[in-house]
Amino acid sequence: MATAMIRMMLVLLLAVSPHMASAKLNVFACEPEWAALATEIGQSLVETYSATTALQDPHYIQARPSLIAKVRQADLVICSGAELEIGWLPALLQKANNRGVMPGQPGFMEASNHVLRLDATTSVDRAQGDIHPRGNPHIQTNPHNLTAVARALGGRLKDLDPDNAGAYEQGLAGFLERWEAAIAKWEARAAPLRGSRAITHHKSWVYLERWLGIEEAANLEAIPGLPPTATHLSRLTSEFKDGGADFIVRSPYQDSRASEWLSERIGVAAVVLPLTVGGTDKAQDLFSLFDDIIERLLEAQGHD
Amino acid sequence: MRIPLRVAILVLGIFSAGIAQAQQSEIEQLRTAVEALRSDYEARIAELERRLAVAEQNAIQANYAARQAGAAAQPTPPPETGVRQDSLAFAPATGSRSSAYNPAIGVIFQGTAWNFDNDPEDYAIQGFPLGGEAGPIDEGLALGETELIFNANVDDKFTAWLTAALALEDGEAIVEIEEAWVEATALPAGFGARFGRFFSGLGYLNARHRHTWDFADQPLPYQAFLGGQYLDDGVQMRWLAPTDLYMEFGGEWLRGDRYPTAGAAKSGAGAYSLFAKFGGDLSADSSWLAGVSYLNGTAVDRPSGDEDDPLLFNGDSTLTAAEFVWKWAPDGNWKQKNLIVQAEYFWRDDSGDYTLPGGSPLAYNADQAGWYAQAVYQPVPRWRVGGRIDGLAGDSPGPLFDGTELAAPGSDPRRYTIMTDWSNSEFSRLRLQFTRDESGPSDDTQWGVQYIHSIGAHGAHTF
Repeated sequence: MATAMIRMMLVLLLAVSPHMASAKLNVFACEPEWAALATEIGQSLVETYSATTALQDPHYIQARPSLIAKVRQADLVICSGAELEIGWLPALLQKANNRGVMPGQPGFMEASNHVLRLDATTSVDRAQGDIHPRGNPHIQTNPHNLTAVARALGGRLKDLDPDNAGAYEQGLAGFLERWEAAIAKWEARAAPLRGSRAITHHKSWVYLERWLGIEEAANLEAIPGLPPTATHLSRLTSEFKDGGADFIVRSPYQDSRASEWLSERIGVAAVVLPLTVGGTDKAQDLFSLFDDIIERLLEAQGHD
Repeated sequence: MRIPLRVAILVLGIFSAGIAQAQQSEIEQLRTAVEALRSDYEARIAELERRLAVAEQNAIQANYAARQAGAAAQPTPPPETGVRQDSLAFAPATGSRSSAYNPAIGVIFQGTAWNFDNDPEDYAIQGFPLGGEAGPIDEGLALGETELIFNANVDDKFTAWLTAALALEDGEAIVEIEEAWVEATALPAGFGARFGRFFSGLGYLNARHRHTWDFADQPLPYQAFLGGQYLDDGVQMRWLAPTDLYMEFGGEWLRGDRYPTAGAAKSGAGAYSLFAKFGGDLSADSSWLAGVSYLNGTAVDRPSGDEDDPLLFNGDSTLTAAEFVWKWAPDGNWKQKNLIVQAEYFWRDDSGDYTLPGGSPLAYNADQAGWYAQAVYQPVPRWRVGGRIDGLAGDSPGPLFDGTELAAPGSDPRRYTIMTDWSNSEFSRLRLQFTRDESGPSDDTQWGVQYIHSIGAHGAHTF
């Protein structure tokens, strides 16, 4: 029976091997922003797949069979890293039997290794909640970070698919040119946000805040990663009812109740910001993502 | 520092362009060298960036303090979420410290307080004498099993895992090697291999750690057919198809020294298993996993029933299992709300002879079955509720066994369980569980509380 099984496996292997010779480079992105970035650079040369959507909390993803099947076929796995995916990515890599995308191989890339991570710490204690010792992993909310990751990703695509190196270089250059122009536009448009103060649900926006000069006044989560508590919310109410905050920010996958509750009591707009591509109807690619983030903040602040 | 990397890539490019296919392995080596160079270079950049960050954070801190001082009259909120001094330090620096290569260590604490209407000492299932670790939860307050987990990559081609279970047995503390395996991570063409001691890939729950189970105890088929949970020494080979539909095929060659096998027959290769698993997504909201598996073992003097006066089975024991799991969460956003529905069905064929205490071997052949179905729903973060029905279907081994504990039960054993649990974080869980148990000598009502807490490193959970 065992030999029959092995024979069957070999037959199956031969039957499906044409799949493996697929002309496109398979990119498995843990989050939509990296899939979007790979598409910007690689265009028709890459086939991208995002493990998560903007409506899902990337900390809590099931290591689903479909994801394992996708990692099995990937030429490149690109994730935010800094332990954002620690609850599920190791299980995917362990089950996928794809040696080319194991950490340390050219086919594995952590985007946050290519930027300056904020809030890294050596003192970690789970009593502080969901702390990321290697720094805040939500790096995609500062477009300058995407510039750095784009460069690294461009290099990686060239290494993995040297035959098309020229095309990736071109794709990268084209993207960076449009991206730098867009950044200049966003920075001008967002100037009124400088000095404003945000209450955020989770510490998902520290890079955006640093970029636009927004101050993080408080978080709805008393302890990172744990749902907001009633005591903490009433403390925030008394703290901010006389001002001190300009908007309450949450991501589409976060429970609306806490921010709506506080918004009603302190009279500050609760705003849903897309944390990544697909988070709102307008945020359909990396460019419209930042367009929408800035417009929504301006609107909440009263500038239209 | 960018230049050497560029040059290296250029050299690699020129080199690889003019090279024959036979020298492919050399390209691989160069690629690895370039990668090593790159990671070294990235580490150095990261180090510089860290130093820059510290300087930058310090400046912010000073600025913040200055503003605080200058605006003392203004009711500024305390810097609860501001930059804390301890956040200026950075992640472990590379190299230098000898502890840098220490494995990830985790400890899992599991304890119960359980109440039975009947005396659990008298618990037995007619027709299904229990073996291995099977049996009811300890009565009263009990520590249960404390698990120590160590794991780390051995090198670029192997990773290793150790689970040591600390438990009390008859008042004595014992350490048991529950799992100790090495996995090959660099096999080609979608193959994976594991060797050492591990939980068999048979069925769905079997390979999953106790702390991830949704109820405090195993379903009846696991109790009756697998001695609680089947682990053994051996090798496991797996192959994953390169298709969007998840298709995994695997097999194990095992020592055959644990219930439902025993005695390490066939010179210490007394059992083998085969399994095939399939899975996919139905939509963004839901996913499924289904599988079939088969275990064939030879048992030599397999003990079951009363520990001091056991029944002994000699012969072949085969087990066929079918599993199905469906998980649902709106938009796939697991944290807020989710539902898990799972079911398994087992068929067992024991064929050989049984020796009753003080008797001589009697020819025995029975085809039994067992199953469970359960659903666990998380309506809001932290809280879950669940229900489970499990049962067994007996088979008469013939008149020779009439009046013995091997005779088929009058009515099929069955249990009904409900539970609710609360998880403060993914590292802690408290559970309350009620069971109506119609599997033992007389019907019983049981209830209890369980805690599962983990500290240290905690591996990712599989689907």
